[in-house]
Amino acid sequence: MKIGKQTIKLENTPKILQTSSIVGPKETQGPLSQYFDKHIDDIFFGETTFEKAESKFMKTCIDNLLSKVPTLPENIDYIFAGDLLNQCICSGYCIRDLNIPFFGLYGACSTFCESLSLASTFINAGYAQKCIAATSSHFCSAERQFRMPLEHGNQKSPTAQCTVTASGSAIVVPKDVGTQGPLITHITPGKIIDMGITDMTNMGAAMAPAAFNTIMTHLQDTQRSANYYDIIATGDLGVLGSEILVDLFNKEGIDLNGIHADCGALIYNHDKQDTHCGGSGCGCMASVFSGYFFDQLKSKKINKILIVATGALMSPLSIQQGESIPGIAHAVAIENEV
Amino acid sequence: MNSNINMSNEEYSTYVESKAKKSPIFKNIVWAFLVGGLICTIGQLITNLFLSWGFSKDDATMVCTISLIFLGAFLTAINVYSKIGQHAGAGSIIPITGFSNSVVAPAIEFKTEGYVLGLGANMFKIAGPVLVYGITSSVFVGLIYWIIKLFM
Repeated sequence: MKIGKQTIKLENTPKILQTSSIVGPKETQGPLSQYFDKHIDDIFFGETTFEKAESKFMKTCIDNLLSKVPTLPENIDYIFAGDLLNQCICSGYCIRDLNIPFFGLYGACSTFCESLSLASTFINAGYAQKCIAATSSHFCSAERQFRMPLEHGNQKSPTAQCTVTASGSAIVVPKDVGTQGPLITHITPGKIIDMGITDMTNMGAAMAPAAFNTIMTHLQDTQRSANYYDIIATGDLGVLGSEILVDLFNKEGIDLNGIHADCGALIYNHDKQDTHCGGSGCGCMASVFSGYFFDQLKSKKINKILIVATGALMSPLSIQQGESIPGIAHAVAIENEV
Repeated sequence: MNSNINMSNEEYSTYVESKAKKSPIFKNIVWAFLVGGLICTIGQLITNLFLSWGFSKDDATMVCTISLIFLGAFLTAINVYSKIGQHAGAGSIIPITGFSNSVVAPAIEFKTEGYVLGLGANMFKIAGPVLVYGITSSVFVGLIYWIIKLFM
């Protein structure tokens, strides 16, 4: 049921039955390492190209998810997945081997919430019994598509972020299936907000206004206050983008300190790991939610979370043509039954 | 509560500018000076060495150029040059070793797309513009030099 301007209330409250996460070497050295299911030391993951490696990250993540439930691929009705690569080849080649009907999604780094939103609406409507939402990103495949060759000796801007090598996935089922788990109660798909930022090395600033807009709209539509949630987690605004978001809320008289967390800011130890403003990429929110926040929900350390994956919808081509960076953010409210 | 930001694009960009951490320019300049200077000193040492071995000045500078290009390519291949570049910035980009790095780095990267359309087509992705505008401007400067010579 649609409530307010753009929020959907899922009256059948689909459940996240299980999640799975896998991370690369740099994320393994980060502060959240212990929460991830699988840690891979080899950036190539035994493959010959970075693109194949990223596909394998996602495949291993989904296989792990299926074994955790446990269930078989043929029992999955639909899979909603996406990544950052052109034509979403990572997801395409990964799911080729799984034999599951597939919706390929692109929302840049906002894809995880986009896929989780669609998976949960399918379950809510009764069109499916088991849906998977998955995304991935890989530092090396992203660098070569969006930035400079890896071995090129250049300096990064202090506002730059580092694409996370990781994949995360979640399986969504109707409320009464399986063991107890966190429920998806609302989704707020976001609008594109573009404040004219053209600097590809400052994505946090480009996406923060979109996150602000989506969170604010969500709170208005659901008539909730920000502190209704234990945590409002954004995807990859990074250190600078998070500061901007908190500032924007302050201007509206809402204090987000203590409530807001950002997956990109959490995943690395910025000073030691030289990651500047933090992590980014589709795999950032996917792995941090699937690993860290899902664990916190399961152990009831937090009971209400709003996850807001943020994306920058540009390409190197559009930037070279002088276009600014359109930002987007999708919100998903996940709550424990209390 | 208002879900729109009450700021124009210009105001937002000024605000972001004031908030963003600036590049440590002084530190970067010192690093660039030291590393750039070191590379040039190594070059001079190679030249002097070959001069002392009886090479002509032209030959000695050529050997120096070849050696530095090799050094840049070698350090790129063993994943060292990018690490130097993170600190040195322009200090390691501007010398000829940096040019070598900018050719070898895409060559390594695009090898996965094959030797022709991958490596071959992308090798000069970064160095290409330098060659195009470097050669074009040298032709113009040459023309100016030639015209001046006609009247002197």
